[in-house]
Amino acid sequence: MKRNTSIIRSYKNKSAVESAAQIIFICCAFVAVLAVVSITAYMIVSGTPALAKIGITDILFGTVWKPAAADPSFGILYVILTSIVGTFAAILIGVPIGVCTAIFLAETAPKRIAAIVKPAVELLAGIPSVIYGLLGILILNPLMYQIERKIFADSETHQFTGGANLISAVIVLAVMILPTVINVSESAIKAVPEHLKSASLAVGASRMQTIFKVILPAAKSGIVTAIVLGVGRAIGEAMAISLVSGSSVNLPLPFNSVRFLTTAIVSEMGYATDTHRDVLFTIGLVLFVFIMLINITLTKILKHSNVEE
Amino acid sequence: MNNSIIVKRRRIKPGDAVLTLLINLSAAISILLLIGIVGYVFYRGIGVINWSFLTTVPSTMNGTFGIAGNIVNTLYMIILTLLIATPVGVGAAIYLNEYAKPGKIVNLIEFTTETLAGIPSIIFGLFGMIFFGTTLGFGYSILTGALTLTLMVLPLITRNTQEALKTVPDTYRSGALGIGATKWYMIRTVMLPSAMPGIVTGIILAIGRIVGESAALLFTAGSGYLLPQTGKAMLDKIMQPGGTLTIQLYLSMSKAQYDAAFGIAFVLLIIVLCINFLTKYLIGKLDVSHR
Repeated sequence: MKRNTSIIRSYKNKSAVESAAQIIFICCAFVAVLAVVSITAYMIVSGTPALAKIGITDILFGTVWKPAAADPSFGILYVILTSIVGTFAAILIGVPIGVCTAIFLAETAPKRIAAIVKPAVELLAGIPSVIYGLLGILILNPLMYQIERKIFADSETHQFTGGANLISAVIVLAVMILPTVINVSESAIKAVPEHLKSASLAVGASRMQTIFKVILPAAKSGIVTAIVLGVGRAIGEAMAISLVSGSSVNLPLPFNSVRFLTTAIVSEMGYATDTHRDVLFTIGLVLFVFIMLINITLTKILKHSNVEE
Repeated sequence: MNNSIIVKRRRIKPGDAVLTLLINLSAAISILLLIGIVGYVFYRGIGVINWSFLTTVPSTMNGTFGIAGNIVNTLYMIILTLLIATPVGVGAAIYLNEYAKPGKIVNLIEFTTETLAGIPSIIFGLFGMIFFGTTLGFGYSILTGALTLTLMVLPLITRNTQEALKTVPDTYRSGALGIGATKWYMIRTVMLPSAMPGIVTGIILAIGRIVGESAALLFTAGSGYLLPQTGKAMLDKIMQPGGTLTIQLYLSMSKAQYDAAFGIAFVLLIIVLCINFLTKYLIGKLDVSHR
């Protein structure tokens, strides 16, 4: 760019550069908008043909998944149910532990211990999901297999899974959402005004009463945000659980080998063709709809909490 | 911490004791999990790591199963993704923070950025496969993977840059504009240097995301593991399939080659640790320089 020795001389040049810069920045900003719009469009365009071809109810409420059979059947009800049940169970395990750890970090921990635990939790968030999967296969699955053999020793109908079952997947998911839940609820708890705490302690409430009756209710919206983010992470996770959860489509019972929305795509997209492939995109669309609902809920919560403040 | 006399003297109620126990137990579980995970990967992985593991490619002829090709692919992926994502992300942040007036457009951009951050990687993978791979015709290649990852890391870079720009005091802006600088000149010479630690933090977080990503790459970048030839072939490489370390870890794991898997997991953990320390350091720097 030219040095501007005088204000007037380079005025024209400068204004051209100025507006060019502005236009470029606007374009950059709209990349995100464009991306979301085209992802939405592509998901709908590639997910709907199968719905039209096979029938919405046959896909969404069918329970038989035999994509490669001579008379193929593409019911994904069990897959959808597995994702819902699995996510819900992971939240049920992960959120209490996560929120309690957040309380520990924000309120009760000695400063020195908190200084060690906090970075450790952040590190947990950075570990690639496949590593969780690897540990799930080598640690959880053998353990589950032993339990499975004890419980179903006399059962004649049970299909043994070698430990790759819903419980294993749920435990992996619960561990994976921990960092999110801990970090978000910790900042929510820390943001509770000090005077609320002092007032509660001053009127004679014990420390635990203060935490559970004053601080947690005040940090409610932050904790709800943490849960919603956890749901989003759990329902969207694919690689960590794809080998841990087993490989057949079943009703989501604890010791059944199951397929999630995500793992169905991961494990079959490699070889699927024609209608089978279309149906996998439909599964993607279902997942996308879930995620969008979660995102919109999140935005609503955040807006609401901003208004309250 | 409340160390007041009154709280201390009160008898501890049984209910409180249970709750305290629960809280401590949860914290113990979280910390033990981390120690267990990191410890186990180190324990199983460290024996696999040796010079030939890091410098060879899998070959039945030579009897090697190294990961050099995957390391190179990962580097390609990081560089290519950042080359595209950094200018766009920083540009978007500059627009949002310096040019745009609060209103519907800003809300729309911020909402879509948030949405982008919330979309799971498997959806990005599907989109990348059909849009970059099929529609644009890049097929299974590092370029397809990098373009897909660009969309994924964009929110990280935009948000971190935006945060950094927000912390630059308004006096800098008025100062620069007051002595006659144009807006672009002001951004280039004052805002960007001041926001640099934030931008770099965003980039490093993005590297962490790229290194750890698998679901978005499986159907976009594929799984090649060969080293590129030198010369022009190094550029051609971006149009060829290439599996990153994480992809190779997944593939080894699904073929039950657990030793190789733990070797890669070990390397990945080291990278994650480094990234963690680097971000810590940079964020500390960002705080200090603006206080």
